[in-house]
Order: sequence, then structure tokens, then C-alpha cells
Amino acid sequence: MKYIKFILVGFVFGIVLTKSEAVSWYRIYEMFQFQSFHMFGIIMVAVMTGLIGVQLIKRKNVKDYTGAPIAIEPKEKGFARYIIGGTLFGLGWAMVGSCPGPIFILLGAGFWGAGVILLGALLGTYIYGLLKDMLPH
Amino acid sequence: MEVIYGTWPWYISGFLIGMVMLALLYFGKAFGMSSNLRTLCSIAGAGRFADFFRFDWKAQRWNLAVVFGAMLGGFVAVHFLSNGSGVNLNPITVEQLATMHIEAPEGKLAPDSLMGFEALKNPKTFIILVAGGLLIGFGTRYAGGCTSGHAISGLSNLQLPSLIAVIGFFIGGLIMSHFLLPLIFR
Repeated sequence: MKYIKFILVGFVFGIVLTKSEAVSWYRIYEMFQFQSFHMFGIIMVAVMTGLIGVQLIKRKNVKDYTGAPIAIEPKEKGFARYIIGGTLFGLGWAMVGSCPGPIFILLGAGFWGAGVILLGALLGTYIYGLLKDMLPH
Repeated sequence: MEVIYGTWPWYISGFLIGMVMLALLYFGKAFGMSSNLRTLCSIAGAGRFADFFRFDWKAQRWNLAVVFGAMLGGFVAVHFLSNGSGVNLNPITVEQLATMHIEAPEGKLAPDSLMGFEALKNPKTFIILVAGGLLIGFGTRYAGGCTSGHAISGLSNLQLPSLIAVIGFFIGGLIMSHFLLPLIFR
């Protein structure tokens, strides 16, 4: 089963995000109120770990598990889409306390509200798909 | 075993999240959760109405496997790795929440008044959840990523677009948390 490794990675991700409480509406509120270092610490250490790993991959030409070189796609250049889209996502993130990963994690954990957030998120994605060509990018 | 059952410290959690991203790179993929929303729209047949959803979603099945694993992880963590001692907020935060009629966590990850089954019967709660979801779905696809794709993957690779997106996340989050939530939960 070639998907087992991905299920395992997701399993670790789900446990870590739950046990660190990054999936918690309360923790997101506390973060945006600057009343705890916890969430900022998580994001900073995750980025530092990723940064060191990505630098090692690039400098040592690390291969992936099949032996092919690891290529990391750069993000497309732009400004409007990132600042406008980012701000809209931030509004939703602080409102219901979930980003896309935690929506699924909370749903798995049995929080019914996350199912409603997921429906909204699918609808929002669909509306973006309809309006894409009319929006500044 | 408080080490396992209590709140995991930020330095352990952050390290493990970074390793999750690197593990996916090692498996030849890129860490990003919000693209699954597009995949799910395509599976549901949205390609009939918009080109954006006409793509080879089968190539994204690995990411749905990550989502499935994450759901299992959430289930196991809440039901078998928690003892109700977590979510110890700053006492000032708890006081502020009380002024918005939101109960203290007492070990819960989310307020029952927002995420519980009973709360969904309240039309106001239902609208809040759908509206939040709409902003998340529309915003992440417009920005081309969320906390995983931009904040973790993008910043790790020193991508300027990701930095702009993350600044946007915080502009939106601060406006909501400081100005709009007190109005919504008045």
C-alpha cells in the first residue's frame, strides 16, 4: 500500500496538532490577543526546523525516497492575491479557530461544528473557482 | 504520564510539525492542507462549472491519505491521549472570553457553544461556522495556501509571497479577534 506512509505522516500531524492545542479555538484567540507565547513558539520552531531541513536538502542535494532529487517549487510572484486572500483567510481563522488542517482533525476528533466549517470551506473554495478569472492576482 | 496526556510544549510540537513537512518532501510531495478542499470540490463534480476544478485530482490522492491520517490522529489524541488537563489559557484571556459569554475551556479544545452538536441548532452559531468556513476556503485558495502551505512550507523556503500571505493572515486575524469577535459574540 503506497498510501500507508502518507496516512502515517497525517496521523503524526493530527496527534501533534491536537496535543499542542494548535487546533483549539481558544489557543487561536489567545494568540491573536498576544496573551501567550505558545502558538508563536510552535510556528517559529516549525519554521526554523523546516528552514534548516530545506537548506540541508539544497546544499547536500538530498534525494527523495525513490532516489530522485528533491525539487521544491517556488511560489508564483505576486502581491494582491497574497495580501487579499491572506487577510480573508485570517478573518476566518480567528473567527472559527481552525485552519484547513485542523478542520479535518477536529472532525475526526468528533467536533460536529467542524463539519459545518468544512461545508463552508468547500463552498468558499467553489466560489473562488467560479470567480478566479475576475479577481486581481 | 502527564508528559503525554497534558499540553505538549511548543518546542516539541513545532519541531514535529517541521519534521512532518520535511517527511513529505522526502516522499516527493509538498505539505499543504488547503489544496485538499479543491480536490474534494473536483471529486464532487465542480469541474462541470469551473475550469479551476478540471485537473487530475487522482494525483492528489496521497494528500487525501494525509487528511485521513490526520483525522485518525485527532480521534486518537482526543479519546486516548488526553486527561482533560490541557488548554490552560492566560487568566486574562479567560476573563475576556467571559465578557463575550464564552465559557472557560476546562480541558476542552473548543467552546461547546460554538462546536458542540447542540450549538448547531442555534441558527446564529450555524451562520458563524459557515461564514468562517467560507472565508477560510475562499481566502486560502485565493492566496494559494494556508498555515501549512505558506507559513510553514513557504517561509521555510524563504518565499516572499508566503511572507506577504502570512502578514495577510495576521491582518485578518487581528481585525477579527480585536474588533469583530466582540461584536459577533456580544
